[in-house]
Amino acid sequence: MTRKVAVYYAIMAALLVVVGFYQSWNVAFGILNLCLISAIMALGVNMQWGYAGLFNVGIMGFTALGGLTAVLVSMPPVSEAWKAGGGGIALSFLILIGTVIAALVARRRVPAYLKLPVTIAIIIVGFILIRVFYLPAVDRIEEVNPAHTGYLGGMNLPIVISWAAGGLVAAGAAWFIGKIALGLRADYLAIATLGISEIIIAIIKYEEWLTRGVKNVTGLPRPVPYEVELVETEWFVSLANWFGAADLADTASLFVKVCYAALFVVVLGIIMWFAERALKSPWGRMMRAIRDNRDAASAMGKDVTWRHLQVFILGCATCGIAGAMMTTLDGQLTPTSYIPLRYTFLIWVMVILGGSGNNWGAVLGGFVIWFLWIEAAPFGQWFMQTITLPMDEDNWLKQHLINGAAYTRFLLMGTILLAVMRFAPRGVIPER
Amino acid sequence: MEIANALALFANFVLVPGTAYGAQLALGALGVTLIFGILRFANFSHGELMSFGTMAVILATWFLQGQGVDISPLPTALLALPAGILVAIAMSLATDRFVFRFYRQKRSNPIVFAIASVGVMFVYAGLVRIVIGPDDQSFADGARFIITAWEFEEMTGLDEGIAIKQSQVVTLVVAVAVMTALFWFLQKTRSGKAMRAYSDNEDLSLLSGINPDRVVMIAWIIAAALATIAGTLYGLDKTYKPFIFLQILLPIFAATILGGIGQPIGAILGGFVVAYSEVMVTYAYKKFLAYLGPADWAPDSLIQLLSTDYKFAVSFLILVAVLLIRPTGIIRGKVIG
Amino acid sequence: MTGGYGGADIIFDCDITVEKSEIAVVVGPNGAGKSTAMKAVFGMLDLREGSVLLDGQDITHMAPQNRVRIGMGFVPQNRNVFVSLTVEENLEMGAFIREDDISETMEQVYHLFPILKEKRNQPAGELSGGQRQQVAVGRALMTQPKLLMLDEPTAGVSPIVMDDLFDRILETAKTGIAILMVEQNARQALEIADHGFVMVQGKNRFIDTGKALLANPEVRRSFLGG
Repeated sequence: MTRKVAVYYAIMAALLVVVGFYQSWNVAFGILNLCLISAIMALGVNMQWGYAGLFNVGIMGFTALGGLTAVLVSMPPVSEAWKAGGGGIALSFLILIGTVIAALVARRRVPAYLKLPVTIAIIIVGFILIRVFYLPAVDRIEEVNPAHTGYLGGMNLPIVISWAAGGLVAAGAAWFIGKIALGLRADYLAIATLGISEIIIAIIKYEEWLTRGVKNVTGLPRPVPYEVELVETEWFVSLANWFGAADLADTASLFVKVCYAALFVVVLGIIMWFAERALKSPWGRMMRAIRDNRDAASAMGKDVTWRHLQVFILGCATCGIAGAMMTTLDGQLTPTSYIPLRYTFLIWVMVILGGSGNNWGAVLGGFVIWFLWIEAAPFGQWFMQTITLPMDEDNWLKQHLINGAAYTRFLLMGTILLAVMRFAPRGVIPER
Repeated sequence: MEIANALALFANFVLVPGTAYGAQLALGALGVTLIFGILRFANFSHGELMSFGTMAVILATWFLQGQGVDISPLPTALLALPAGILVAIAMSLATDRFVFRFYRQKRSNPIVFAIASVGVMFVYAGLVRIVIGPDDQSFADGARFIITAWEFEEMTGLDEGIAIKQSQVVTLVVAVAVMTALFWFLQKTRSGKAMRAYSDNEDLSLLSGINPDRVVMIAWIIAAALATIAGTLYGLDKTYKPFIFLQILLPIFAATILGGIGQPIGAILGGFVVAYSEVMVTYAYKKFLAYLGPADWAPDSLIQLLSTDYKFAVSFLILVAVLLIRPTGIIRGKVIG
Repeated sequence: MTGGYGGADIIFDCDITVEKSEIAVVVGPNGAGKSTAMKAVFGMLDLREGSVLLDGQDITHMAPQNRVRIGMGFVPQNRNVFVSLTVEENLEMGAFIREDDISETMEQVYHLFPILKEKRNQPAGELSGGQRQQVAVGRALMTQPKLLMLDEPTAGVSPIVMDDLFDRILETAKTGIAILMVEQNARQALEIADHGFVMVQGKNRFIDTGKALLANPEVRRSFLGG
């Protein structure tokens, strides 16, 4: 069993090495870094699906929350914007909390038939109050130097902190959605998570005072050196010379990627260690018992919904961590880049391919699928070129097919998912 | 007069577009609820099935336009609709044969079906983007307006006009016709009753000799037809963009759950409730209130509850409210575990 | 018959027969295998030994759906009506396999259960427990079965309704149908039974006419509470 796993990982490593030699090491490490992040996301989803059988279709939202956290933690605060609208935002936030508390208290105090009307009334009043302070504050913040800031900025802390913080934020959102949808039938959780992830993306896209929206936040601080500084650093130049590197700039960018890879491996290692410990602990065994026979577990007095909430929060937090790492790697937050096929459903392909319930499988799935996702583009191009070879250069069908080549990756992913589910439903590395 | 103006304004920006959108959502939700009721899983590929069917309609429309076929003032797409429906039916029957039937025979968990439908979604999405590309496609032709805002003002002497687009009327007429046909089928025909029986109580329907394969086949045929019609009407009314169909899944699911899973009437109600809520919550009431208030009185802000960017939040909030208050939906649907 | 659900056998050498126009009742304590015996007759579990004959035809290996076609009707204990369909639609669905005119059979069912005619356009889910059981029996009668099998038809209905139901079952038998039923309410059931089978731990302990079983002191003491 373990030998099989080792062989699979060796093949995967070999594939990356092949890319290193034939394309370039920069490409290989670029793929590797996202493989590592994908692997973490797959681990998160595997906790939910593999351990507990929860169908989460909102991975994108939790990833994006991690990305948002990266901005809020690392960017310098915009003091002018804070002066202009910070108070208004803070006040509306307090009113929001007040409204929620008021609604909760009122629901306890009033008789049952008044519950719904009173709750709605409180929410409406709170909503109007919030808008009174919120909208002008937003306008004032967004007026502050809109070309460069126009948002509140962040806390100016090292970005690595945001990796943990991103996990916490995602966990909070997961708690909220889990409270609502867990305990109902399984598809409801799926649909509710689909909804929350769309809303999170909408917030990130349109709340410019918070995220600059579609203007993107760029130039996030890095946990690793900058290329331009590296090429002027003595030790780096001599290191590059020692390796006999031809292009210094190229080597610098490779070096940066290697640094990231090292950091990511550490994070993946830590999460993996916890995930494996958890899976083998009594907690993990109970989780699987609940998954396999929910009724029996609940008859034994296990609080199934609470257990599900725990694992749901943990899984989402893991996705949040990965999201913060991804935004760190990109160096910018691009809200429009979040699309569900790439950030939610692709992760599902990884987990199903790797082997639901097996962490080593999930990680391998993350690697393989990301690798294929990237390499499917040149492959699709080559494929379309080949089948259209007999056609004229300016044949419309040929042009059309070559233009569409990038989307063979969707076809490929769907086929992989369906084929694995059908012919190897336990995945490449099945659950032990 | 002022009140009439206010109502005209409201009708123009909320009632008319909301009704058309509601009909489109209702048709989509009918397909989802049917599959939910018969095959008992949340079909995530339904949005892409809509996209796929609509793509087939667009290709057929272009072909007809190229041949010089013209049924103006009606859009050519209506003529192309049957061809698109046939393509979508063929596709979904093939999908059932090669994907879902296997899990049905194994009596797999509904979640397994749902995940398989994610795979199907990928395949459809890929096919659509390879064949027609990821960009906007316009295929609406024929007359644009039944009545323009200006004509309406001329006619009634009001300051506010109600513009009615042809696509909106076409949407409503087609939707009503399709829904009538569907309910006639479900209520009056033997196969329709068998479908309802199967959805109600699978074991007992087997005891009664109802053939499950046939029921499932009819369910896919109807779902594919509904999906194509819904997608085409949406495309005529707004625009055809492949990525829209991933987003529209959310309001459709919200409508399905709101109406009660497996309940066709519920799906229609749910579609309209979601659509009207979306339009009403994102409508700016400033001008509307200005008409109703005293002269020269106008609110400062737009009086818009939520910016249009958050229209999907409305579906989500409805969904959350239903899950919290009445998980069975308006018309008691199936809630398992 | 000997068989079970794949694991250990639940019924052993169990013999049940019923003739045309007669009522056979299987009674016995909980867990005796009454329902299992019923399912065995209907082909819902595999028999390890023994056989099932209908009109002398061996149908041991026939699928339940096909048994419906050759004249067996089955009324399950739970979920035995289509709750969202009207009474009339329930009856129509009962006759789904028939290609001929069903209106006559439907009139017969309405004649047997007059209340159903009154409520023909109401969803079956809105009816009372006893009326629902009538719908369930009516649905099974729509195929014009030779043998009607009822799994605890009086479970969960009030004593008055129960008496009424037994009366209707008697009347149904008089139309020339063989009826096999499993019952919890042993005493009342045996009163209308032509044949009674007392099952204990998967075996037939007593086989006799209903009246004789009621008179049998041992049966009375052990199963009828004195």
